[in-house]
Amino acid sequence: MDWLAFSLSLQLAAWTTIVLIPIAVVVARVIAWRRFAAKGFIEALVALPLVLPPTVLGYYMLTVFSKNSLLGGAYQSLFNQSLAFSFEGLLLASLVINIPFAIQPMQRAFEAMPGELREAAWCSGLSRWQTFLRIEFPLAWTGILTAAVLTFAHTLGEFGVVLMVGGNIPGETKTIAIAIYDRVQAFDDRQAATMSALLLMFSFVAIGVIYFVNDRFKQRFH
Amino acid sequence: MQNARSDPSKPARFWLALILPMWVVFAIPVFAADKPLIAVASSLNGVIGPISQGFALHTGQQVRVSFGASGSLTRQIVQGAPFELFLSADKSYVDILIDNGLAATSSEIYATGRLVLFVPDNSPLPGNPALAELPSALEDGRLQRLAIANPEHAPYGRAARDALQFLGLWQTIQGKLLFGENVAQAAQFTTSGADAGIVSLSIAQDLASSGQGTYILLPESWHQPLHHYMVLLSPAGKVARAFYDYLKQSGAQQIFRKFGFSTPTPSQ
Repeated sequence: MDWLAFSLSLQLAAWTTIVLIPIAVVVARVIAWRRFAAKGFIEALVALPLVLPPTVLGYYMLTVFSKNSLLGGAYQSLFNQSLAFSFEGLLLASLVINIPFAIQPMQRAFEAMPGELREAAWCSGLSRWQTFLRIEFPLAWTGILTAAVLTFAHTLGEFGVVLMVGGNIPGETKTIAIAIYDRVQAFDDRQAATMSALLLMFSFVAIGVIYFVNDRFKQRFH
Repeated sequence: MQNARSDPSKPARFWLALILPMWVVFAIPVFAADKPLIAVASSLNGVIGPISQGFALHTGQQVRVSFGASGSLTRQIVQGAPFELFLSADKSYVDILIDNGLAATSSEIYATGRLVLFVPDNSPLPGNPALAELPSALEDGRLQRLAIANPEHAPYGRAARDALQFLGLWQTIQGKLLFGENVAQAAQFTTSGADAGIVSLSIAQDLASSGQGTYILLPESWHQPLHHYMVLLSPAGKVARAFYDYLKQSGAQQIFRKFGFSTPTPSQ
């Protein structure tokens, strides 16, 4: 059992969720409620990581992270270390991959909310921030929770892009999914089986939580 | 009445028109089955194309090649993948197949790989890499990232670990190593961000000729020899056996040498 890899995966999943969810709340609200010309374009962009093969994403990330690229070069001169093959680079990749998982459930939740509700709140003298906290959040929180759990679980399970851009460094970019792959390659079935079972249980519990909470929420309102 | 009877046939004809071409497309791989499927270690990526062309010229026969890490290919064969010949990058995986009773012959060396230190163009290491430079570059921090294939399962990775252990650097370099899934990925890491990499001569020649960096050979005494073993598998047919024989002939061996391998039959 590679605990270092498991804890790294948990850290990566936690950071991805913490950074991505607030951004996703803002974006999801805009997509759900505003009408603007580029909306279809933005929605397509958000959904893109769902359908692109990890190899395509991985290839672009490698290119963008390289010292010779704009982003990779800027990062190198700022922090004096390479973005490619680092935890930070992996986090950046993970943020991009998880965009649809973070935004889409929330977008559905916000879309389901009647617009009059917010207008009524504003008429009652609530500020926009108060409206969000007291009206929108209580109604959309299952969507936000779903997004957070999906993002977390999906990061734990991400394999292809990590294999391409990570460099398999223990404690830095060697995630549990990569560790399992290595054990399978090395014909170490016992280790592979243990780690696979752990990841399976973990993912099942995570997804189970989403369905359980969503069911409860529906029962309360119907 | 006439109309009513002909109407239902229209959608049927439509589906037939759709399915027939698809059937043809899907059937192509079935008809290609007389070309035997051959499992090839990814370290042979550059060399196997010219060799199978040579084989086609020589015999008029063709093979289909499937690349992968030797470990994954072995696993696929154990799992029942329909390969007729396996060109591995080492001996241990071939032995697993023999132990599992999946081999039609004993194993045989067809080529031997060499290891190099490759330094990409924009590396902080000197362009003309001196091996003596490696320890000092590691000490003064110029060497931040060294790419090797994964020693847990990749033959070239094991040899790279041997070499680093020989140099007494294996302990100090921990945390600065990038592990490629196979030697090809290690090379790819080397050119996309690492400061240097220990890769195969075959790949390094290719990278150097496209102007991506320079390399220096590591002495063979620094690591276990990178003997590449091959074995015919139980389903092997006539064409696969002919290809197996062709690999041992001077034509193929010459191509191996041109691509940075040494061969069991010495060069003339």
